[in-house]
Amino acid sequence: MKLEVAGLNSFYGRAHILFDVALEVGKGEVVALLGRNGAGKSTTFRSVVGLVSGRSGQVKFEGEDISRLPSYEIVRRGLGYVPEDRRIFTDLTVEENFEVGRQKPREGVAAWSQDRIYTLFPNLGEMRKRLGGEMSGGEQQMLSIGRTLMGNPSLVLLDEPSEGLAPKIVEQMADAILAMKREGLSIVISEQNLHFAKLICDRAYIIEKGRMRFSGTIAELEAHPEVRDAYLAV
Amino acid sequence: MIVATQTATKGANVELLLVQALSGLASAASLFLVASGLSIIFGVTRIVNFAHGAFYMLGAYMAYTLTSRFAGPLGFWGGLVVASLIVAALGALMEMVLLRRIYQAPELFQLLATFGVTLMVQDLVVLIWGPDDLMGPRAPGFTGAFELFGRRIPSYDALLIVLGPLVLGLLWLLFHRTRWGVLVRAATQDRDMVACLGVNQKWLFTSVFALGVFLAALGGALQIPRTTVTHAMDLSIIVEVFVVVVIGGLGSVTGAFFAAVLVSELNALGILVLPKISLIAVFLVMAVVLVVRPFGLLGKPERAPRAAAGLSFRPWKPMTQIERIGVALIVAMAALLPLFAGDYTLSVGSEILVFVLFASSLHFMMTVGGLASFGHAAYFGLGAYGAAFAVKFLGAPMGVALLIGPLFGMLGAIVSGWFCVRLTGVYFAMLTLAFAQIIWSVTFQWVEVTGGDNGLLGIWPARWASSPQGFFWLTLGIAVVGVALLRMLVFSPFGFGLRAARDSTLRADAIGINRKSVQWAAFVVSGTFAGLAGALFAFLKGSVFPDSLAIPISVDGLVMVLLGGIETVSGAVVGAIVYKALAIWLMSQTDLSKLILGAIIVLLVVASPKGIVGFIEHIRHRRPRTPTGADVPDSLGINMKAAE
Ligand SMILES: Nc1ncnc2c1ncn2[C@@H]1O[C@H](COP(=O)(O)OP(=O)(O)OP(=O)(O)O)[C@@H](O)[C@H]1O
Ligand SMILES: [Mg+2]
Repeated sequence: MKLEVAGLNSFYGRAHILFDVALEVGKGEVVALLGRNGAGKSTTFRSVVGLVSGRSGQVKFEGEDISRLPSYEIVRRGLGYVPEDRRIFTDLTVEENFEVGRQKPREGVAAWSQDRIYTLFPNLGEMRKRLGGEMSGGEQQMLSIGRTLMGNPSLVLLDEPSEGLAPKIVEQMADAILAMKREGLSIVISEQNLHFAKLICDRAYIIEKGRMRFSGTIAELEAHPEVRDAYLAV
Repeated sequence: MIVATQTATKGANVELLLVQALSGLASAASLFLVASGLSIIFGVTRIVNFAHGAFYMLGAYMAYTLTSRFAGPLGFWGGLVVASLIVAALGALMEMVLLRRIYQAPELFQLLATFGVTLMVQDLVVLIWGPDDLMGPRAPGFTGAFELFGRRIPSYDALLIVLGPLVLGLLWLLFHRTRWGVLVRAATQDRDMVACLGVNQKWLFTSVFALGVFLAALGGALQIPRTTVTHAMDLSIIVEVFVVVVIGGLGSVTGAFFAAVLVSELNALGILVLPKISLIAVFLVMAVVLVVRPFGLLGKPERAPRAAAGLSFRPWKPMTQIERIGVALIVAMAALLPLFAGDYTLSVGSEILVFVLFASSLHFMMTVGGLASFGHAAYFGLGAYGAAFAVKFLGAPMGVALLIGPLFGMLGAIVSGWFCVRLTGVYFAMLTLAFAQIIWSVTFQWVEVTGGDNGLLGIWPARWASSPQGFFWLTLGIAVVGVALLRMLVFSPFGFGLRAARDSTLRADAIGINRKSVQWAAFVVSGTFAGLAGALFAFLKGSVFPDSLAIPISVDGLVMVLLGGIETVSGAVVGAIVYKALAIWLMSQTDLSKLILGAIIVLLVVASPKGIVGFIEHIRHRRPRTPTGADVPDSLGINMKAAE
């Protein structure tokens, strides 16, 4: 297993947000974490990368407990995180954004370079000197993903990568994620609905009000429309 | 315009202006170095490093020692650099030992902690280098002067004029052409995201801090051929630097450069126009900039404004009957003190009571208004001078003077408050400090009216209050009434509006409260009561000196509030009593009172940010934690219905 989460409970102050969340991701797998607005998808990701201080439970990455490590240590072990609001550095150029994400090559993982990312997202190659703040939403999303790839992760958490993107860009994004999968990357994608997830994912989890409600293959999920209707946005 | 008319009449004046302008540019270099260091540190760590002035001073002292020991160009220039490196290492040490513990704390605590370090350094410098001013060596190769329009300009000034832009350029290269610089710029924008990309923030912060301190120390070291090295250079530079970064915009190096040039030029040229009160020019420019661009010329608004002071506010309640009786008993006991205590004890008691009132006025504006003033001494001092003026120039009796004092405090607060409430957080704190320093330097320089350094003497109380007993009763009466009035204000609709404005601008707007005007009113109330305390202080001492509105008094007030507990309603009373008693006792026991007080402040911030009263209340109100997550796990079926 690449990533194993078990019995994860998270709090924002006194508010209990996640209840015994469990999640597993195998090597090279693309897994969806589905749920409506406010279901706890982002909180799950943030807890895994050590951004939620009120948290208990087990988080194992490549067999090692990472639940007590600071965020930067977790990321340095090869667990990449792309936050939902993209959080690109608006005052930095595209190239500089990539530079911030750059880490040493990791053994057994495809090493990324700026050039390889420009092949993945050709749009970005044409705007290397542009400031992050002067880019469209889709370009910013690509930049944010590319920046995380510069850290040569072996697993990436993508928080709602298709959010707010035009249909054409969503297609591009799906292609890029499939290309990442072909590189051997494990990927977890959070989404509010099935449309995007079913293009690329093997398996799916559904979270609602901080609890896991479903776990199975995409095919199983499609075979049970009542589950989808109960927990997902249409 | 002025320049134009002057050219028409006197050509020589233009030359004088030019020469002054060049000297201003030379002064700008050091100011820029220190200010850019402060700005860089703030950009990444969000800490306004009050100790920056202390590092500037240490740089000068250290450079003095090294350059006097090692002669020759290498000894001199090498000495400057090595001195700055040593101080930078000290800065890194402070970051690791102290600041790492308080990055999450409210900015007031950070300012206070770094101020505590400043106090400690002041005593340490005197311990190590002695109390006398020191003259460093001249810069080898730059001892001469060259002629310009028949006037001599030191060649060292020319060097400094070149150095400013050079450092700006080097910093630009550092931030744009190195990985470290890119990381720093990224962290300035979003430090959490930088951590999420695998960057160890700890070392980034430490290195940024070291660079900032290096620049400050270099700024100080470069001064030794120009001026004497004194142990007062820290506070004078820090105020100028605050003015510079407020004008230029915190976090912007280029802004710091332009603002440093602007401020230095205003100082240099202002002397020609308004010799006595040249600071007024700087002040006016700052006021205009703040009104037009509240975050400075090149600054950016804070992304997420932080809570101004408190951590978590327990809901305040008026006192219960029993508590009232308790307070009445304590006051009654204090009133009996003159019957058996000696004169010295009584005058110490009166002084403590004056500061109880002063600290309470500051506390009112800090907790209820969420405004952490770093220049509250201004209104205290204005009150003292107001009372003294009344006595000296009007021959007013004590009763009248005790009304005119607070009036002065009020007027001062009306003017400076109008500007200050436009800002929040650190900007507010820095601006209040700058105002206080400006008023301080006016009283210091305007010798005809204020007596300058010699102060105003012979401010004696009325006959009935002239004995230590009588004066104690007077102060006790005024302090009790003052604190009670402030407390009543806290629980009045006005106090409620203030708290609403403090907690959320949006919410306050929604219920029809204009944040600025409510806070302005709180500022004025607070300044008035501080003025009253100051007026009493003048009569207690029988004199007034510029010290009464200097930074240490402001900080004393802050420490009293902090010690008592920021989140309480009247903790400042306890804080003032404990702190003032301790300070008076320390002064009588040791010459190193600043070192000890500084250490106490630092420890207080790190160990017990809730203060004495906050701590007691915490214990009193401790309740078993309610179990979180009352939700019962619901089955899929129930949930489906709920979702529909
Ligand atoms: N900083 C915070 N403080 C308190 N509560 C929070 C905070 N962030 C999120 N929450 C709450 O936690 C719950 C889960 O939020 P989370 O952001 O994880 O949901 P999400 O599934 O990512 O939703 P979305 O699809 O809108 O991004 C929500 O009820 C939200 O209101
Ligand atoms: Mg989310």
